[in-house]
Amino acid sequence: MIPVCRLEDLPLGGSVRLDLDPPITVFHADGGLYAVDDTCTHQDASLSDGWLEGCLIECPLHAASFDLRTGEPQCLPARRPLRTHRVSVEEGTVWLSPAEEPAREKGDAA
Amino acid sequence: MRTVTVVGASLAGLHAARALRSQGFEGHLRIVGAEHHLPYDRPPLTKGYLTGAVTAEHLALTDAQDEAELQPEWLLGARATALDLGERSVVLADGRRLRSDGVVLATGAAAVPLRGTQFLGVHTLRTLEDAASLRAELREGQARVVVVGAGFIGAEVASSCASLGHRVTVVEAGAHPLASQLGEEIGALCAGLHADHGVTLISGVGVAELHGKDGAGSSAGQRVSWVELTDGRQLPADIVVVGIGARPATAWLLDSGLPLSDGVVCDAGGVTEVPQVVAVGDVARSAGRREEHWTHAMAQPAVAVRNLLAGTTVAGYETPPYFWSDQYGARIQFAGRRHAGDTVRLVEGSPSDRSFAAVYEHEGVRTAAVAMNRPRPFAHLRRELGRPAGTVPA
Repeated sequence: MIPVCRLEDLPLGGSVRLDLDPPITVFHADGGLYAVDDTCTHQDASLSDGWLEGCLIECPLHAASFDLRTGEPQCLPARRPLRTHRVSVEEGTVWLSPAEEPAREKGDAA
Repeated sequence: MRTVTVVGASLAGLHAARALRSQGFEGHLRIVGAEHHLPYDRPPLTKGYLTGAVTAEHLALTDAQDEAELQPEWLLGARATALDLGERSVVLADGRRLRSDGVVLATGAAAVPLRGTQFLGVHTLRTLEDAASLRAELREGQARVVVVGAGFIGAEVASSCASLGHRVTVVEAGAHPLASQLGEEIGALCAGLHADHGVTLISGVGVAELHGKDGAGSSAGQRVSWVELTDGRQLPADIVVVGIGARPATAWLLDSGLPLSDGVVCDAGGVTEVPQVVAVGDVARSAGRREEHWTHAMAQPAVAVRNLLAGTTVAGYETPPYFWSDQYGARIQFAGRRHAGDTVRLVEGSPSDRSFAAVYEHEGVRTAAVAMNRPRPFAHLRRELGRPAGTVPA
């Protein structure tokens, strides 16, 4: 588990990007905290810079949209899901448990 | 409709095909492509593909899922030479006539060459082959590269060449680089990136002529040696890249009877004079406007296809233009329709830091937004376009 931040430092609508390999971003969206791979599965753009609405995060570059709960793409141009990761809060600290499965190679598909 | 032929195996052509299937078309779907490749993504050609960060395989736009869902008949390396509206056939260079109930025109645009330039070492950049040949030359050791045209293609190529260690000069005939896309003020800011990265930008001077190693005479088979500018300056050049715009690929439609005017004339929904023929992407002049942007080529076909399947225009494509450019490590984003003379107002950040977001306003109405390295505020501004200035907290 990786400490992310204090819960009070991650207000609703906010996000924290962790410079891991690959980077992961924790979002505070409607309904709770969600962690997904930070890089859009379509092309190189950081979802931490994206537009958060409900449980959907929209890529800042080409407006691909993903459901933070499942990582599933909601519209083109993205076709592959984001990896999702477990987030927990213990004594006011947000913790991240990165998924075991490897991230897919960049460029596996468009 | 039993058979639809998409002419153009491009981003727009592919998205038209996807839209046809997702909107319920179950008939025979043909996709004709003049190039030998399945649809691929062009934006990386000036960037990651040139620098070697991505390979041709990474550019593929289709995957196994597409094959399964689209069930297309690919006709690649097949150039369409005519459209016979009488029998509604697409005619190919080899004489084949593809009878179709519906036709989607997606032939895109072609790079404008510099007149009379057959010299080796002179490139335009539109296709994968164009990029592959330029990339191969860029790998032969440090070169003096002259880029003609400081638009987005030219700027991105210059950036890639500079990052590879080449000595780069950009020549722009207009006095104000990127002025037509971004306005003079913001255009100048973006053009400032060249100097930041050691690239010389010469503005307001055109190219008079290219010269080969062996002096005057036929340029065929000869390698380029230097570029003569209209003010008499001489720029030594091992490689010349010409990025002076693109023209819609409509020559094959000249005898079709379809109205053409810098593109295929169609309504806001992409429908031509003939309801069974629609135009998508770069080749479409929709309601008097033609867009050459990636996002338009991806999203507009769904509207055109809807109208094609409906047999009449039931929807228009209304999304404001959006484009981005990655150069010199900076990401520039623009959305909206600015007018000449719009006021530019800084919303966030600082131009000198190469990180800012700004809006364009015309008579109190926000017309467009632009940002450099500020994706978050840009996303916000892009959504707010069209509202009266001042109603949105900046």
